[in-house]
Amino acid sequence: MDLTLTPELAAFRDEVSRFLAAHKGEFAEGAPKDAKAWQRLLIDNGYAARSIPQAYGGYGAEPDGLKARIIAEAFIEAGAPRGMTGQGISMLVPTLLEVGTEEQKTRWIPPTLRGEIIWCQGYSEPGAGSDLANLQTKAVEDGEDFVINGSKIWTSTAAQAQMMFCLVRTEPTKPKHEGISYVLLPMDTPGIDVRPLKTMTGQAEFNEVFFTDVRVPQANVVGGRGRGWQVANTTLKHERGMLGDPNATEARLKQLIDLMTSETVDGQRIIDNPVFRDRLMQLQARVLSMKFNGLRTMTDDTAGLARLVVKLQGCELNHQIAALAIDALGELGILYEDGPHLRAKGRWQWNYMFDLGLIIGGGTAQIQKNIIAERGLGLPREPKTVEA
Amino acid sequence: MRFALSEDQVLLQDSLNRALADLVPLERLRRLADDDGPGEVSAIWTGLAELGLPGLMVPEDQGGLGLGMLEAALASEALGKTAAAAPFLGSAVLAPLALKLAGTEDQRRRWLPKLATGAVTAGVAISEPVAGARDGAGVTARDGRLTGKALFALNALGADLLLVGDTSGGLHLAQVAEAAEPMLSIDVTRRLTALTFKDTPAEPLSAPGTLDRLRDAAWIILAADTLGAAQTMLDRAVAYAKERKQFGRTIGSFQAVKHLCAEMAAELEPARALVWYAAYAFDHAPDEAPLIAAHAKAHTSEIGRFIARTATEVHGGIGITDLLGLHYWFKRIGQNRQLLGGPEKGREIAARLQGLAA
Repeated sequence: MDLTLTPELAAFRDEVSRFLAAHKGEFAEGAPKDAKAWQRLLIDNGYAARSIPQAYGGYGAEPDGLKARIIAEAFIEAGAPRGMTGQGISMLVPTLLEVGTEEQKTRWIPPTLRGEIIWCQGYSEPGAGSDLANLQTKAVEDGEDFVINGSKIWTSTAAQAQMMFCLVRTEPTKPKHEGISYVLLPMDTPGIDVRPLKTMTGQAEFNEVFFTDVRVPQANVVGGRGRGWQVANTTLKHERGMLGDPNATEARLKQLIDLMTSETVDGQRIIDNPVFRDRLMQLQARVLSMKFNGLRTMTDDTAGLARLVVKLQGCELNHQIAALAIDALGELGILYEDGPHLRAKGRWQWNYMFDLGLIIGGGTAQIQKNIIAERGLGLPREPKTVEA
Repeated sequence: MRFALSEDQVLLQDSLNRALADLVPLERLRRLADDDGPGEVSAIWTGLAELGLPGLMVPEDQGGLGLGMLEAALASEALGKTAAAAPFLGSAVLAPLALKLAGTEDQRRRWLPKLATGAVTAGVAISEPVAGARDGAGVTARDGRLTGKALFALNALGADLLLVGDTSGGLHLAQVAEAAEPMLSIDVTRRLTALTFKDTPAEPLSAPGTLDRLRDAAWIILAADTLGAAQTMLDRAVAYAKERKQFGRTIGSFQAVKHLCAEMAAELEPARALVWYAAYAFDHAPDEAPLIAAHAKAHTSEIGRFIARTATEVHGGIGITDLLGLHYWFKRIGQNRQLLGGPEKGREIAARLQGLAA
């Protein structure tokens, strides 16, 4: 264990703080005034796409867990927005870096990092949720192309996206895990129909996407034909890391502490109510555990199990933080959308509902528990029932 | 930056785990409940002295290993793993720490070398000033003499040296109490004592803030002990789930059972990082240490309780019997939770340390 800040790291921390102080006019309420300009500024200074090679439009620094942590803390401290996330940057880019061809990397990564290409993920289907490998969207070879028919669901940002990374069945006669390919698909290709999927939040954070004879070059396959399942698992690993990100949870807890120290009932601050205070401290212990667990996963070879629990625990924790915020707000906590007494634009209720979706999405909590038990603890798999 | 154990720390952990597996078989735990309990405790302590455990935190020039709180936490975790009966918290952690922080040169010379070899053991009575007084207990000090009752004293039965906290936060070294009555508790592996003092001579240990520091250390050590005990309960539940068959299948293949195991692991693994950091901070980030220690004690108590009951449940009916002896760990975790303040106490202190409570 060595977490001391060397003089070099202390200087680095000051440098990040100075940067944020100098640019504090460029964001408000945790959001950038110009998202693309902010993203470019962050990449140029090494606060986004930090360890992605310069050849692919990143900053090109050596991966360094402690510097990453220092950046995260300084941004939380300053209430500054982090760089763009989303499925292109968080999932596609690491996947291409791992298995993409040189041409795919140079073509897609730089504009994705700059926020010029928004991606959506075409994985789940109506009949392939937890059993993702059962997906049925077909891609049939036709000359240089594949012709795709089928549909996807839970596709966030499909309406804004220019591109989709998508799982399709290219070898229908092979066992289900071996017949899948991972393809990159322009969303303006004829035959793609995007329909918004409205959720309990009142908004359409997801979409359904329908494919009718959609043509895509075979060259757009990533990681090799029939290798889509392995490639997808690379991506899912990144998604699960993103969904349980302890830095985001820590920022959320800080907002909750601010709420509880500023809101009053009958003139008494919420934090001065011992019941609420105790609940807050319970969550803080969990947030700290996940923070240190996160530091450990970066540098400890024995942290396999610690890595497997991040998505399950992180998403549950975010949900509980939102729940406590709503409870602390009392009747104010049920206000939503708009109105004079509404707090934080109704974000806590929105989080509470949306985060339930994140507990389910990206591998449900139950699938996560299967993974922890089978890969982490070596418990036997459920016997397979023989069916089509 | 490295959030991981060093090679030496892993070696220490391995050698302790191996030694303890031999020193503390289940039959030995069973004998603790019998009359020869104290004999078993000193036999275990003698065995651990061969590894230098009593002198873990004693400076090298006083005959110890001169190691820090993280090593002590790893040792505590190993002791919790085997539910080992040993006066570790009092003799190897709190007494050496108190002497280091607040002892005179003479006091250190007199006690540290003997504590380091295990020839002398130390009891600790700080329950009232740390957790609060029950049943009118509390010790007052006047003119080098102690009077009053101290409940829940740790490792005090047969101890050669007593570290006593008075009601105003002062600390004292006494060699003998007027009376020492065992307090029967759920956990036979670590007996508690009610000490009575009546104009009992004692030497003051004066350095402001020492009691808070001892509290933090005790909380970290108890948290680590729970971590180890909970790990054993989880390991045994998993092993049992892999071997026990019902409906023609190993029960671990049923999601109802498998998910209980996953939930235990998901709670335990991040708590390990919290305890490691608390111990690391105790030596290297003293500003943060009190907050993390309070959270570590409170949080491991909560997840420990969950794991203790869930691991028992995974075993089915046999889990609640004496046959498997699981209850020794169940009770050890239960005792760690209450000792020196339960989780509510830890969280109240955590809030206070951040200015979130008066």
